[in-house]
Amino acid sequence: MCLIAAELERRGIATASVTALPEVTRKVGIPRALAVPYALGYPLGLPHDAALQTRILTAAFALLREPGPPPVVRDF
Amino acid sequence: MATLSDLSVKNRLFMATYRYRTVEPIPFGRPRRPLRESRVALVTTGGVYAPGQEPFDVERKGGDVSYRVIARDADVAALGIVHKSDAFDQTGFKADRNLGFPLDRLREMEAAGSIGGLAPRALSFMGSITAPGRLVKETAPEAAALLVSDGVDVALLVPL
Repeated sequence: MCLIAAELERRGIATASVTALPEVTRKVGIPRALAVPYALGYPLGLPHDAALQTRILTAAFALLREPGPPPVVRDF
Repeated sequence: MATLSDLSVKNRLFMATYRYRTVEPIPFGRPRRPLRESRVALVTTGGVYAPGQEPFDVERKGGDVSYRVIARDADVAALGIVHKSDAFDQTGFKADRNLGFPLDRLREMEAAGSIGGLAPRALSFMGSITAPGRLVKETAPEAAALLVSDGVDVALLVPL
């Protein structure tokens, strides 16, 4: 995903990501990622929990306001 | 939160010796406008495909670097999923595609005015690409250009 993120950022599209594996995210160089306390395969928390999924998305988008430098990795 | 120690022995060994493709320095664009005025595109590596589209090839050596374009009004429950990785539990994702492809949530955020708008096209890749040469040279630049042509300001990336 970091390779896709890089292509987008270079073209002026800011990216926000979620991750369940922040130790890898920091290594590969994702610009902004919200580290979620859920198992691999559950990046937005729980199935059919729309309220939780929306809270996670809102927190991920909030990373766009941070000045950097990258990688910006914050805990949910 | 997951850590590498949660993975199976096979996947731990793979990750311990895997040479990650890294991006250095990390490109870091500043958002052009506030989120409530931004056009947002969804990008997943969940291996999602729409009815009628060819599924990803889970057998391809080095990974399938192609992508699928999913319309913004797609029925999320009708989307197919294939993924090469056995490192994550796919049960939740298959029960609710929004877990890795939150198109319903983004449409709600658009209706609520918390994002400026949802882009006309979302993109789906399949993760677990260990030979990303063609991704770097061809499909990622092509996909990024597609989002630029849609006037996208912000991309939400959901890795799987």
